[in-house]
Amino acid sequence: MELLLILVLGLLYAAGVYLILRRSMVKLLLGIMLLGNGTNILIFLLGNIVKGKPPVIDGNHNVFQDIYADPIPQALILTAIVISFALTAFAIVLLKRVYALVDTDDLDNLNTPEEEDI
Amino acid sequence: MIDNHILAPVFIHLFTAIIQLIAWRKTVSQRFLSVGGTFIGLLIAIRLFAKVYSEGSLHMNASNWEAPFGIVFVADMLSSTMVLLTSIAGFAVSIFSSVGLSRQRMLYGYFPIFHFLLMGLNGAFLTGDIFNLYVWFEVIIISSFVLMTLGGRKAQLEGAVKYMAMNILASTFFLTGIGILYGITGSLNIADISIKIKAFDNKTLVDITSIFFILGFGIKSAVFPLYYWLPSSYHTPPSAVAATFGGLLTKVGIYAILRVFSSIFIPDDFTKTLFMTIAVLTILTGAFGALIKTNIRRLFSYLIVCHIGFMLGGIAMFTKIALMGTVFYLIHDIMVKTNMFLIAGFIRMVRGTMDMHKLGGLYKHYPLISLLIALVLFSLVGIPPLSGFWPKIYLFQDAFVNHQYFFIGALIVGSLVTLYVIAKMWAEVFWKDVPEEVELEDKFKELPLFKKLLLVVPILFLTFVTLYIGFNAENIITVVDRISNELLDTSPYIRTVLGDKAFDQ
Repeated sequence: MELLLILVLGLLYAAGVYLILRRSMVKLLLGIMLLGNGTNILIFLLGNIVKGKPPVIDGNHNVFQDIYADPIPQALILTAIVISFALTAFAIVLLKRVYALVDTDDLDNLNTPEEEDI
Repeated sequence: MIDNHILAPVFIHLFTAIIQLIAWRKTVSQRFLSVGGTFIGLLIAIRLFAKVYSEGSLHMNASNWEAPFGIVFVADMLSSTMVLLTSIAGFAVSIFSSVGLSRQRMLYGYFPIFHFLLMGLNGAFLTGDIFNLYVWFEVIIISSFVLMTLGGRKAQLEGAVKYMAMNILASTFFLTGIGILYGITGSLNIADISIKIKAFDNKTLVDITSIFFILGFGIKSAVFPLYYWLPSSYHTPPSAVAATFGGLLTKVGIYAILRVFSSIFIPDDFTKTLFMTIAVLTILTGAFGALIKTNIRRLFSYLIVCHIGFMLGGIAMFTKIALMGTVFYLIHDIMVKTNMFLIAGFIRMVRGTMDMHKLGGLYKHYPLISLLIALVLFSLVGIPPLSGFWPKIYLFQDAFVNHQYFFIGALIVGSLVTLYVIAKMWAEVFWKDVPEEVELEDKFKELPLFKKLLLVVPILFLTFVTLYIGFNAENIITVVDRISNELLDTSPYIRTVLGDKAFDQ
């Protein structure tokens, strides 16, 4: 299980970095999303993946006796997912507006000469 | 010492923003609420600072979960100083934006978002939990995205794409770093991590983790290879927004570097060399970029990058004197940079442009205000005894002691270029006559006296603070001295958060 997740994690990071380095705005967006998901899997991995070991201490002991499923990484991922959901929603709207104004998908064309405002 | 009031700087802005959301599209009441809210926020910040100054660090456990299990909020000298500076800058910007911003932007929620931004800043300064720091960073960047795009002009949106992409990337790196840090220490509390990481054997892994933090905070604070988004986006939003960004947002990155690298990753030779290289290159690129710009705000953007290098160089040496210089420069920089962008907004109001070639004659038409602006510019350049001068003494002195001759060279080049571009700007904008082909459109003259005052008073207020920093440097040095002691020896911080039991093992 861990090995599979590590492979997926590496793939997501590689694909994310590759897409961010492209010049297209849509690919930039996808790259950011893939990187975010890769990070979530990384956090998940670092909290010890075990099956059937809830983080509950039985009545005879005061501390954990065995490896247990750590709930904190899941809480962290949940927070990170919600945040990246909001960021992605904003990014989609922003890129759509930019596309409507600039009429191109190429990031290199986002250099309108200076205009000024207060 | 436990004190629940340390969350007041966060809550005051939260409540102000919520009340303003109820008063949606009522711009007059939003303006009053904003100025009132930031004023109360300033009073709260002064109280917090005074309390921390006299009684030492305060802390507060969220929901009474004891650290390291719950989220903890800590106000030590560094945090409370940063909260105080944020409140001062926020108060000034809030007054300025009540006149200096178009009505359209206010209708679509400028003020609530501005308060959410201030809330995020105060939260980031006060938290003692590394994941919570990430969450506050996200609050800051989401608010700043909205502020940057509000108005929806083409240039603004184009700048916002670069700003957004780089900042989300920075957050991803930061989160990756937190993930690995949790994996190796099993804790998220900064004080707790700083104890546990000392017992961790694999120093290479710790160094690699620290690279993620350097990348994340480096993008946020716009250091050398990662600064491109700043000059291509900070000149696009309205000046009131740019003032908040230029004054505070990059400095959050520096604050985070100071906090994380003083407690968790104590700089070793590798990190020190890395920071020093980055610092020198940041100063040089920022300085050379500033040389060729003719738009005032673009020039200021490059000066932000240049001066970030000064602070980073101080962190790279990581000695008491150097850290004193860094923190002093941080205090000076927040006040001056906020003021500079407000001044850019004033110039734009008076002349309708920010291009130096089309500007001129400001000294002839507004002599008193020009003299006021001159004081700010002199402070930025660092003419003794104004505020920019004192931190540079510390940085120079310690660079000599540590034989960092590249840094000394970069400091000299950076300071000279700052002097040169400011002198050029003064000559072009204030002394030169108005170019003949340019038609003046002076919106400032048409305003009623009260609105004129609302534009000038924030600049005057920040100038007074800057002059206080310069002329009463001994008071600032007392504060800075305590902060650098706290940064070098974090055991009081750890004792505040975890109590004495942390040192028993």
